Amino acid sequence: MGFEKFLFYVFALITLWAAGMVITRRNPVHAVLFLVLAFVSSAALWVLIEAEFLGIVLVLVYVGAVMVLFLFVVMMLDVDLAALRAGFIRALPLGLLVAGVMAVEIFLIVGPANFGLEAFPPPDAAPADATNTRDLGILLYSIYIYPVEIAAVILLVAIVAAIRLTLRRRPDNKSVDPARQVRVKKGPDRIRLVKMAPEVEEPFGASPTTESGETS
Amino acid sequence: MTELWNALPLVIQILLKITAILLPLLGLVAYYTYAERKVIGYIQIRIGPNRVGWRGLLQPIADAVKLMMKEIVIPTKADKTLFLLAPMIAIAPAMAAWAVFPFDEELVLADINAGLLYILALTSLGVYGVIIAGWASNSRYALLGAMRSAAQIVAYEIAMGFALVGVLVAAGSLNLGAIVAAQQGSLLTWFWLPLLPLFGVYLISGVAETNRAPFDVAEGESEIVAGFHVEYSGMGFAVFFLAEYANMILIAALTSLMFLGGWLSPLPQAWVGDLWLLGDGFHWLLLKTFFFMFVFLWLRATFPRYRYDQIMRLGWKVFIPITIVWILVVALAVVYRLPPWWSA
Repeated sequence: MGFEKFLFYVFALITLWAAGMVITRRNPVHAVLFLVLAFVSSAALWVLIEAEFLGIVLVLVYVGAVMVLFLFVVMMLDVDLAALRAGFIRALPLGLLVAGVMAVEIFLIVGPANFGLEAFPPPDAAPADATNTRDLGILLYSIYIYPVEIAAVILLVAIVAAIRLTLRRRPDNKSVDPARQVRVKKGPDRIRLVKMAPEVEEPFGASPTTESGETS
Repeated sequence: MTELWNALPLVIQILLKITAILLPLLGLVAYYTYAERKVIGYIQIRIGPNRVGWRGLLQPIADAVKLMMKEIVIPTKADKTLFLLAPMIAIAPAMAAWAVFPFDEELVLADINAGLLYILALTSLGVYGVIIAGWASNSRYALLGAMRSAAQIVAYEIAMGFALVGVLVAAGSLNLGAIVAAQQGSLLTWFWLPLLPLFGVYLISGVAETNRAPFDVAEGESEIVAGFHVEYSGMGFAVFFLAEYANMILIAALTSLMFLGGWLSPLPQAWVGDLWLLGDGFHWLLLKTFFFMFVFLWLRATFPRYRYDQIMRLGWKVFIPITIVWILVVALAVVYRLPPWWSA
């Protein structure tokens, strides 16, 4: 237990430190990278509480995909930091108020009264061969089937909306249609043969006295 | 001998195992670069390296020494920490993924249940090396390479993940050893046949994921010089190079594990029994891996580079629909116990 506890504190400290850096770094790219570090170390924390599946999925989805896109956007944008910081002092009291309300709310729900060791005694360690992928799958697709389906539909709506927002026809945009390109046949689609009268060009350096036939 | 081994502390045992995996891997990487130059040379009717050692066999050593001696140049106004960190971020996942890789029925460093997921998560981390390198170099070409690479890898990772979902449905497990065990039988019971579209998608996405030709727009030397590693010299460049080749070997090995039955023999057990090399064994895995490693080189020597919009179209509009449809097919086949794969 001792070594596990030590690991917990190491990862917890890294998570907190990285999260603090996220909001204090001046450079937005550094902030995003610290956010990645925070995700990775919280994934490690999840693995420590035997939620291996969730821990790996956190790395896979958030670090591997979401944050890559996030980083992509942040690198492309030229964020004007001065403008971002201009209203800092003015907005500080309101921000502190909101943060305080949120902290109290979180405390009311997940405080020791509801989530303390009295309410939830620590579970026994699962045997080494327990697969929490299977357990999680069975739970998700039996008891929690409606929430899963509803979440899926909400995501689908979001996808459709996002595609609709970005989809615009631009008639002046010259683009190729790969489906039509693939269908091109060897014969008349590629080459058009034209019949025309032969043209004879003046040979270079030919003297004007030589007969050059009828010139066009 | 076993007593001596068991007497060692666990940490030392694990460290020795890691060394036993990584040293041959790095040797293989070194000679893979040599093989690439030779194979592409012969495909293009050239000789390839033939000066250092017999038939150029010492060329990788000479290259390594050269790269180690070279000065590491850090561009002005580059983000120095990230610039130096990027190659390490690129190579760490390529090495760490081998931790769960089973070389044999028992020969595996960490036999974890979610092995497939772990490998998928780690291979998705490699892109950070590329992006950070591109950004930290403070160079337009490098940044362009990083952007291309990020978009490409996110696109192909989805197709790759879906292909792996097909494998997981077919095998009923995320454990790599169990996936191989589920293909027990002969050449025809391996997953390449029932999962043929996913096999193709996985292999091609693997090529895209490792930024290899014909998907090497992140480097694109004819357009953006060398892409994300244009500012790297000496060992920084060498480490990126190592990471790329280690990733190729990993993809080749994983493909043979998941679709070609890993260490299983192509002949049915009833025919050959334990007859010397014809039975199951590590050498089959090695052979299959070498085949796919050759395919990587073959592709590079054969195809011109994809255009960027074509890459995106292939990933999003072709591969993802194919994988979704085929996952459905596989799921139905598993539910209705289609013989010979799921008859048991």
